[in-house]
Amino acid sequence: MPEGTVNNGIGASVRRKEDKRFLTGSGRYTDDINRAGQLYAYFVRANVAHATIKSVKTDKAAKMDGVVAVYTGEDVANDGVGGLINGWAVTNRDGSAMTEPPHPILAKDKVRYVGDHVAMIVAESAAQAMSAAEAVEVAYDQLPPVVDLASAASGAEIHDGMANNTYFDWELGDEAATAAALESAATVVNLTVRNNRLIPNPMEPRAAVVDYDPIADSYVLHSTTQNPHLLRLVICAFVLGIPESKMQVIAPDVGGGFGSKIYLYAEEACCTWASKKLRRPIKWTADRTQAFLSDAHGRDHINKVQMALDSNNRIIGLRVDTLANLGGYLSAFAVATPTYLHGTLLSGCYDIPAIYTNVKGMATTTAPVDAYRGAGRPEATYLLERTMDAAARQVGMDPAEFRRLNFIPKDAFPYQTAVALQYDIGDYEPLLDKALEMIDYKGFAGRRAESRKQGKYRGIGLSSYIEACGIAPSAVVGALGGRVGLYESAVVRVDPTGTISVFTGTHSHGQGHDTTFAQLVTERLGVPIERVEIVHGDTNRIQFGMGSYGSRSLAVGGTAISKAIDKVIAKGRIIAAHMLEADDADVEFKDGKFTVAGTDKEKSFGEIALSAYVPHNFPHDRLEPGLEETAFYDPLNFTYPAGTHIAEVEVDPATGVVEVVDWACCDDFGNLINPMIVHGQVHGGIGQGVGQALLENAHYDDNGQLLTASYMDYCMPRADDLPSMQVDCLVTACTHNDLGVKGCGEAGAIASPPALINAVIDALTPFGVTDLSMPATPEKVWRAIQDAQAKAAE
Amino acid sequence: MAKVTMTVNGTAVSHDVPDNTLLVSFLRETLKLTGTHIGCDTSQCGACVVHVNGESIKSCTVLAAQLEGADVTTIEGIANGDELHPMQQAFHENHGLQCGFCTPGMVMSAIELVERNKNLSERDIREGLEGNICRCTGYHNIVKSVQAAAEKMGG
Repeated sequence: MPEGTVNNGIGASVRRKEDKRFLTGSGRYTDDINRAGQLYAYFVRANVAHATIKSVKTDKAAKMDGVVAVYTGEDVANDGVGGLINGWAVTNRDGSAMTEPPHPILAKDKVRYVGDHVAMIVAESAAQAMSAAEAVEVAYDQLPPVVDLASAASGAEIHDGMANNTYFDWELGDEAATAAALESAATVVNLTVRNNRLIPNPMEPRAAVVDYDPIADSYVLHSTTQNPHLLRLVICAFVLGIPESKMQVIAPDVGGGFGSKIYLYAEEACCTWASKKLRRPIKWTADRTQAFLSDAHGRDHINKVQMALDSNNRIIGLRVDTLANLGGYLSAFAVATPTYLHGTLLSGCYDIPAIYTNVKGMATTTAPVDAYRGAGRPEATYLLERTMDAAARQVGMDPAEFRRLNFIPKDAFPYQTAVALQYDIGDYEPLLDKALEMIDYKGFAGRRAESRKQGKYRGIGLSSYIEACGIAPSAVVGALGGRVGLYESAVVRVDPTGTISVFTGTHSHGQGHDTTFAQLVTERLGVPIERVEIVHGDTNRIQFGMGSYGSRSLAVGGTAISKAIDKVIAKGRIIAAHMLEADDADVEFKDGKFTVAGTDKEKSFGEIALSAYVPHNFPHDRLEPGLEETAFYDPLNFTYPAGTHIAEVEVDPATGVVEVVDWACCDDFGNLINPMIVHGQVHGGIGQGVGQALLENAHYDDNGQLLTASYMDYCMPRADDLPSMQVDCLVTACTHNDLGVKGCGEAGAIASPPALINAVIDALTPFGVTDLSMPATPEKVWRAIQDAQAKAAE
Repeated sequence: MAKVTMTVNGTAVSHDVPDNTLLVSFLRETLKLTGTHIGCDTSQCGACVVHVNGESIKSCTVLAAQLEGADVTTIEGIANGDELHPMQQAFHENHGLQCGFCTPGMVMSAIELVERNKNLSERDIREGLEGNICRCTGYHNIVKSVQAAAEKMGG
């Protein structure tokens, strides 16, 4: 940094550049956008879980006030519209291909979950469209619903010809070696856990506004998406057959995503298709109940775990058999979540020589399930960290010491796991020690005794997690089934006056990229942060990009920006050498200035920028005018954040209410650009994890009706459900990206559920409770206490 | 249709709207004040909170026609020109927002909470914001923001 300037560079908790528009009501979200003459869409949804469609009568609805069109599955099929795609294909363990059933944008022959799209009304007003939907008569022949995951394989056939309602039956690891470890083990720990089904619930419901221009035969689609370019690719190439050059997708301000806004959904595709047919703009905004019914849900696994320990309590083998509920259709990355993002993470931060996992991806007549914050890694962490506690209890060790004993030692990196990944770097013990110190682990016994005096039962629970993020690299993604590469791109454009625009293919929907990425530019180029603009979310302004998910924006997108900056500096050196009449090799760039080594000759960054655009005498053979550089960055490996989270709870045995009284965590995200934003991401992730562990649960009844389809029924964490949190970080810098960063967006949601459930079980140990499922609602906790007491009395 | 006349952010407005127009729709669609958001349909999330005659209300639960002559303040109306309201400033300083969607309602609820009681404990703040859902922040920095604003607003 030049002397005397405010440090807004790497490592500073710069207050966010994007805040002002959000704080003053000037944010511009999709539902804030209107087009002249727009129509409104509303979708008729299946009200039964599993049925063949006998008929869809639309004539009454079509005649209602304001109704412009009513479309059915027949109409889209007759127009040759393609279905939604599966973006990830795995191979079954017998070597055969997985089953990928069609996923039409409007159901034609069958419906497969409550909320499935049956017809689309387009009307002059939203209210008219909604009213007309009531008049559409759909006759169904009902089929038996398939709701229970454990018995889904023997349920009614959901997709024609797909045996046992199984999309795929996948495996990873060495089955024989794992069996041998279990055979020879001194201790075998058995545990079956259920990862409860969640509904992501970003506060902004999904929405789309599409405008077709008949003269240019082109479209502008505003969408609440996390990845506008992928959306454009899928809707153009696979669904509607539109040249990509004729489609502009804009993701303006987006109010949270958490995974649920990664995919192209039926509604956007239908609106785009209909906009051309009607030659009018069309707007659709989900209400919250539609969001509950048709946003991709998250989690929903049953994991059967067997862990083998030797006589020294070292883990020697791990087998996990997973049933993953993927719902009535395959959402775009549904297959990746329980396989590539789950099976590969089963070693956690432990040295486990033999691991085997089998994952069956199951169909049920429920909403599609896909990535939700953490996506596969929370499920892996939950089963492993619950098992770690069960194992420690079984062998009579302190859970912290049992983890320490089994950690991968810091001199073992790079560490090749038994499940495909190679961790580049990490140091897990200091993270554990720091978290133990923060929560005052040693003083816990005293606090527990104090709580007992008040009639409360206190518990403490740990979770030492690892995650793989910076979703990429293309080679690994491709080898494990991905149909896209997961690199990232950046353009750094220097204007003649030295202001800088960065065009990034990632997308910010709360993560603060406007600030973090600008800090990176400020640090590297010495330009004040006010003179840096970050541009994202518009396919006409940004070259290409893969969007934001999997904690990839900084590790992959930020590194792409860094690479483009390298190129800007390299070209700047050539310009400076030319202006200063020096050799390129003698020009250095530091603190915003180009200098010639050993002389007092210098040019400021601004002078070079101006010269690049007014190049009166550039040597044509080696220097083009302009100062704008592009980089596409495909990483060599995932990044591997890790850490320890510790929850402390108090349980009221009379009511079963769990109060989270303290939270301490120490994470290693590599280098931090903006610690304030990083801590904020951790807080939010913990909030969602506490929600999963204590409050949230998507519940379908036996008929496949979603009983939790509003905030009256689905329990979202509120301010008084959550604790104040102690958050700290230690650093081992990632070895394979220029910034040494790892990613922080999902860690909180990955680490926290097992810490909390371990704490509740610890609290209930005096009653003899050894297992508890999520969410640990007051009723469930109270019943667990009663049941344990009744059992003890027998 | 009903003729609705009220004051919004200090400006008198008068429009004919369908009888069943909710205040939130009147603000967003008729007046184009899109800072007030709709996050649910059961009056649970609080993204639509505005002030009516100085009290915070969920604008999705009241008809525009019920507010004849009322004084309504939305998120667009609380800053003093370029100078943010102390609550807005505190949210900025304390990173009390991420995606920004719940923020307008959260700020409006928090202002009224502090105006009613300047000596709020952390528990008071958490309970006082129970009607506003945020999915991004885990509330940690929202609580800090409100504490910081309460100090400024009390002084």
